[in-house]
Amino acid sequence: MLANVDALLLARCQFGFTVAFHIVFPAFSIGLASYLAVLEGLWLATGRQVFIDLFHYWIKIFAIAFAMGVVSGLVMSYQFGTNWSVYADKTGPVLGPLMAYEVLSAFFLEAGFLGVMLFGMSKVGPRLHFLATLMVAIGTFFSAFWILSVNSWMQTPQGHAVNAAGQFVPADWWAIIFNPSFPYRLVHMVLAAYLTTALVVGAVGAWHLLRNRTNGGARTMFSMAMWMLAVVAPIQILAGDAHGLNTLEHQPTKVMAMEGHFESHPDGAPLILFGLPDQEAGTVRYAVEVPKLSSLILKHGLNEPLKGLDTVPRENWPPVPVVFWSFRVMVSLGMLMLLLGCLSLLARFKGRLYQWAPLHRFALAMGPAGFVAVVAGWITTEVGRQPFTVYGLLRTAESASPLQAPAVAASLTAFVLVYFAVFGMGILYILHLMAKSPHRDEAGLEPGAPIRTAGITPASSIGSDHALRPAE
Amino acid sequence: MLTDIDLTVVWALIIAFAVFAYIVMDGFDLGIGILFPAFRPGHERDTAMNSIAPVWDGNETWLVLGGGGLFAVFPLAYAVIMPALYAPIIAMLLGLIFRGVAFEFRWRDPRHRALWDAAFTGGSVVAALAQGITLGALLQGIKVEGRGYAGGWWDWLTPFSLLVGLGILCGYALLGATWLVMRTEGSLQERSRVFSLWLGAATVAAIAAVSAATPFLEGKYWERWFSMPSVLLTAQVPLLVAAASFLFFRSLRQGGERTPFLLALGLFLLSFIGLGISIFPDVVPGRITIWEAAAPHSSQVFLLVGASVLIPVILIYTAYSYWVFRGKVGVTGYH
Repeated sequence: MLANVDALLLARCQFGFTVAFHIVFPAFSIGLASYLAVLEGLWLATGRQVFIDLFHYWIKIFAIAFAMGVVSGLVMSYQFGTNWSVYADKTGPVLGPLMAYEVLSAFFLEAGFLGVMLFGMSKVGPRLHFLATLMVAIGTFFSAFWILSVNSWMQTPQGHAVNAAGQFVPADWWAIIFNPSFPYRLVHMVLAAYLTTALVVGAVGAWHLLRNRTNGGARTMFSMAMWMLAVVAPIQILAGDAHGLNTLEHQPTKVMAMEGHFESHPDGAPLILFGLPDQEAGTVRYAVEVPKLSSLILKHGLNEPLKGLDTVPRENWPPVPVVFWSFRVMVSLGMLMLLLGCLSLLARFKGRLYQWAPLHRFALAMGPAGFVAVVAGWITTEVGRQPFTVYGLLRTAESASPLQAPAVAASLTAFVLVYFAVFGMGILYILHLMAKSPHRDEAGLEPGAPIRTAGITPASSIGSDHALRPAE
Repeated sequence: MLTDIDLTVVWALIIAFAVFAYIVMDGFDLGIGILFPAFRPGHERDTAMNSIAPVWDGNETWLVLGGGGLFAVFPLAYAVIMPALYAPIIAMLLGLIFRGVAFEFRWRDPRHRALWDAAFTGGSVVAALAQGITLGALLQGIKVEGRGYAGGWWDWLTPFSLLVGLGILCGYALLGATWLVMRTEGSLQERSRVFSLWLGAATVAAIAAVSAATPFLEGKYWERWFSMPSVLLTAQVPLLVAAASFLFFRSLRQGGERTPFLLALGLFLLSFIGLGISIFPDVVPGRITIWEAAAPHSSQVFLLVGASVLIPVILIYTAYSYWVFRGKVGVTGYH
């Protein structure tokens, strides 16, 4: 029995680890693909050199980030079977086709347009090239669409029946795809991808402004990133609030864990700012709370009643401290993003956007904040779904593969070592590219480079004179 | 209209096609990785790598499609096979990660090029071996109880699975070597031709050994191959293998450039057909048939709609880019 529990915990660690690594790259490449499309569109519309320079600057980084997203995604598509075979058997008829659509659309995008986008500018002309860039941006969005539909169905399952073998089978595809939490999650995640990218672009701009405030490319990217932040951060907070209300309706237990509400509050629940949730004792120690505020936020009334975890059987509780803290990390970072956006507006209004060094240092420090917030938000929603894989219907403990603990422990160790070595190097290469200042007449991807992300690169995008040159 | 056709068989064919597309296309990419240390650093290695750089990522995606398709339309098979072959599958994934990033990293980081070359070869060898072992372990039969795998985590390791692993390793290296005969010139081509000869012999020997051992693994294999009257049909497969092998060695000696690669592909196709004869209509040999593992009709139809549009588009696109990339890879240019 103990061995079983251990294998389960190890399998959960492994899934959490590989998906946390994986989620970072798509979150960045979704936002960056859109940013590249905007840059190229602006260049076509205005003809200003700086936009195409920035396009070339960022496309090199995009190529590496996209590559690592693809490689780490390969692992995900097999992990459902290797470590979660019972889950795979039961949910396959419903979730398998959605995931296969994700693969097909990603395949389509890679084979069709990425090669043109990376290499094709001089071969297909700027307008067709812009179309390819747009298609890549739309393609990344489609991938997000399908994967988040799968994830949302696990949170708020509907549109299915259960057959004699105990499998979930599709009854209404429309209801499955557009399940109740899906629209909220999709908006929240896509905005998070945009914010993450804006923070990275802003940090790179800030880094180069701190070294040379007259660098035109650094100015433009910083300014664009700060506009994005000032506009999207408040929208994201509203979207997050709407997502939270949706969660309250469909997964109240998760909200109880996020809020740290072990007890029910029949006449207005306090908002616990900080504290140490104690799952065993069922209480939050050293809680700092604002009376009635939680009811105001979640129910829009000071004295509205809110149920607590005391109304839920203990075996259905998620791990409260994890959810409680990851939620606070995400929200605090969101507030810091809003602050950065507001400060940038203030600096812009005073005409000191490129001169105010403390703002640049703040933006630099916030560079990784988007990634941390994405992972924290992901932990909140996935750990908050526990102890179920399909909320309310299939328990995590009943989803795992019949594996012995040493097998899972060995593979977990291998994944940790390989991921840190390989993706660590990839991130180093990205940072190395970011450390170079953007400059006029920025070169695109080196034409001789055997870029793996090119997919099946069409001939029209590769010149006969310089393609496939040796890698020197 | 769709109800007249058995969609389960249609999907079995689509997934078999995806798996075969993966084997032949990523096969020669992995083969070049396996042979990489035999090439001289610099010119030879760069040329070999550049000959597959534009296509390998698209090739690998068929593996995702095969896995994803299995999950979607044969979820029970996916749920039984993956835990049974846990170690080789994980090893394959890790191998493919190293192989994949090596393409970019070796070029981006010349100071550590030797390291990434080793990662390229190591990743390719591990992935090829693991794929062969996976096939062998599947063929020799896995223990199933109810709807799950019921064996241990070392069950896959037998002399037979290792034999199939080595066979796939030789076969992929053969595909890689003949690919280079077709795509390169000069000393690299000459060396590839010599490799092709030895690897061809090893591959044919492996095919013979695996074919000889397979009928003794399970009652059904024997029956499917040797019962009358189907033996009249199945006997054509080994005869064709013999003919293809003969033509292969002859064309290699006569200086053929494209034919050795095409005949090596032919050997793979014949082996794949032989595999089909052995296991059809099972998806987990001897344990679970495709109908037992199939997802409901509604799942099959839903995915077929997208697949029947997107897969042909992908195929046309793939064929087009291979057509464009035909011919010799040079060091200074591509003609």
